[in-house]
Amino acid sequence: MLEALKERVNNDSALVRRGRFLSTTFLLEVGATAWLIAIYEGRIVSVTRGPFVMPSSSFALRAPADEWEKFWSGRPPPGSNDLMALIRRRVLRAEGDLKIFMAHLRYFKEALAKLRPAGASA
Amino acid sequence: MMARFEPIIGRYMQLDLFGRPHRIYVEEAGEGTPLLCLHTAGADGRQYRALMNDRRVTVRHRVVAFDMPWHGKSSPPAGWHEEEYQLTSARYTDMILTVMSALGLEKPILIGCSIGGRIALHLALEHPGRFRAIIGLQAGAHVDPYYDLNFLHRPDVHGGEVCGAIVSGLVGPDAPEAERWETLWHYMQGGPGVFKGDLYFYKIDGDIRSRIAEIDTRRCPLFLLSGEYDYSCTPDETLAVARSIPGSEVTIMKGLGHFPMSENPDAFLGYLLPVLEKIAG
Repeated sequence: MLEALKERVNNDSALVRRGRFLSTTFLLEVGATAWLIAIYEGRIVSVTRGPFVMPSSSFALRAPADEWEKFWSGRPPPGSNDLMALIRRRVLRAEGDLKIFMAHLRYFKEALAKLRPAGASA
Repeated sequence: MMARFEPIIGRYMQLDLFGRPHRIYVEEAGEGTPLLCLHTAGADGRQYRALMNDRRVTVRHRVVAFDMPWHGKSSPPAGWHEEEYQLTSARYTDMILTVMSALGLEKPILIGCSIGGRIALHLALEHPGRFRAIIGLQAGAHVDPYYDLNFLHRPDVHGGEVCGAIVSGLVGPDAPEAERWETLWHYMQGGPGVFKGDLYFYKIDGDIRSRIAEIDTRRCPLFLLSGEYDYSCTPDETLAVARSIPGSEVTIMKGLGHFPMSENPDAFLGYLLPVLEKIAG
């Protein structure tokens, strides 16, 4: 499912424009499954599924699969509607160089919300 | 085409606060029972624009909102450039009571959201005789920090971008797009370190958990309204406050988030108007 991220983000020209100063690779863990997501100047370059031997990333976002499932639903319930809501409930762990994550927080929130069903809001 | 002016009048007030001269921006609309409105951390009085534009409110209330020092169109005091802004319970209380006296607000209804909801609990405890009624929006007794607040104020992270992005998910899912982004714009406009300085009160200094049970609603009626989607002050936290204060009235507002009066005014007024009716008696 995460493979769809590349096309959905790159097709949103406003989101890509807001990310034009963002180039990084971050690790996303959905339960036991790891993904490396590479971004260059706001465009998603690659979404690669693990397992990895020595993954290099600027930061990692890790949450159980059922938490991501709620986050990616069409109308997420209270507490599951935003990355900060997951962090607040201590179910999403953000680790690594979080300056990149926080400086581009709107981009990461809106990019990951792209995996919601079409028409759902960020 | 003629301009259509809103009924809101804004003025600048010269006022001594904490022993220093301040220039404070204050807006008001309507006539009748004073209704003093307190904005959230890192924002300003524009959050109450819909209340001031709604005849159902202004026909019987003098609705007043001021921008706290450092916020909106209120300046920080001279010397600010060498200081770190930090809001404390004592200063917040002093500021509100001083503004009330300066504007001649006799026994107003107080409505405050988030940090405004928190100080509303402090005022209900310490100064109940000064208010006709108190309405706490998104009012909890305490919030533990859940992210590194230093990201809100450092030169290598854009403060406006990060403050807007931090709070964006606190807007409920049913908010009209225009009101959602108006609400977030206010956050994006905040001065460096101001949101962070407000959160010093919200997350550290303003903890009132050990004292809320002492609030006596016979001295001042207390109403608590909280949005279902608020994960900063969660419905559970507001319900916990209500359970520990006999006589308080609590409502969880469906589909709303942390900024009900600003993010979704129509839905919010559906909850507020019955409360104002009840206070009017």
